[in-house]
Order: sequence, then C-alpha cells, then structure tokens
Amino acid sequence: MAQNSSEIRYLTPPSVEIKKKKYCRFRKNGIKYVDYKDPEFLKKFLNEQGKVLPRRITGTSLKYQRKVSTAIKRARQLALLPYVTDMLK
Amino acid sequence: MLNQYETVFICTPVLSEPQVKETVKKFRKLIIDNGGEIIHEEDWGMKKLAYPIQHKSTGFYYLFEFKVAPEFISKFEIELRRDEKIIRFLTVRLDKYAVEYSEKRRRIQKEKSKKEA
Repeated sequence: MAQNSSEIRYLTPPSVEIKKKKYCRFRKNGIKYVDYKDPEFLKKFLNEQGKVLPRRITGTSLKYQRKVSTAIKRARQLALLPYVTDMLK
Repeated sequence: MLNQYETVFICTPVLSEPQVKETVKKFRKLIIDNGGEIIHEEDWGMKKLAYPIQHKSTGFYYLFEFKVAPEFISKFEIELRRDEKIIRFLTVRLDKYAVEYSEKRRRIQKEKSKKEA
C-alpha cells in the first residue's frame, strides 16, 4: 500500500513551470537613456489601460524604472501616449 | 555655462504649411538672437494626438535641440506660452547620457536617409 500512494497517476500530467529569471533589459543591453520620444518602446511598460507596469512584472531595475516612469510622463504631456484608455495594445 | 536643451512643441492643425514654417522660424530666430546655438531640428509633421488638446485631435510636431544659457529658458517658455498657435510644448535639459543618445539617434537617421536617397 505504501508503494501505491507514491504512484499517483494524473489524467493530465502536471505542468512544472520552469521559472525564467527576469532581468533588467536596460542593464543587459547597456541602454543608459530612456527616450520619451519613442512611444512604441514605452508601450512595453504599460498595461492595456495605459498604466505603468510594476517592476515585479517587467523585471526592470529600480534605477531604470524611475527613468522609464519619467519618460512615460513626458510622453503623456506631449500626447504621444494617452493618460487613460482601453485596449492600448 | 551653456546647457543643452531639447524642446518639442505642437502647433495647431488649423495652420497651413507656410504658417507652421513661419512659427518655427520665429522660435529659431529667438534662440539664435539670445546667444543660443541650434544643434539639431526635426520636423515630425502632422501627427495624431493620443488625446484631444483644445478639441483638436492632430497637430504639427517640431523638435529643437539647442545649447543656450539657462537664464534664457524661462523667457523662451513664456514666448511659447504666449503664442496661441502652439498648443503644447515640453522643454527638457539633456544630461550626458541623453546627449550621447541623441547623437547616436541622429547618426542612425542620417544613414537611413542616405539609404533612401
């Protein structure tokens, strides 16, 4: 009986998620300045409503998260990015 | 001490092409007359705005990159605010990384325009 309990059979094999380590794309690619004039790039850091995504999702380091957020705010002032929307992507 | 700045402004879509050029010329002259040095300028043309400004959904974007004494900036911004043809503007001081980036950007653009030509 003891042997049986260790042999649990699943109908669908449980998917074991391999955690991919997140990294800061600025550190990795050596980008030192976040440009506010490039809304297509900044959209990577926004959700569908046009809100800034948290660091825990994008993996950006704190230093560059600050720069990203100021760049987004500047782009919003110039109407390159919306303050609020739906279905941005 | 001269600092490097960058200004992007949006003109109303009501204007015709020569009117836009005239406004641009006016501000270019203002910078030069106050001892500034224009490093780069860029015409982005008519662009759609992400949200309406003064009930307008499009505008002419124009970018200036220039070196000027910091005292001039407040004067320049007052002049921009006074002009009713301009619906939005943003002036940013460029730090050393930004200067590096803008130089690189210009180089890429030059190569692109060369390829097209």
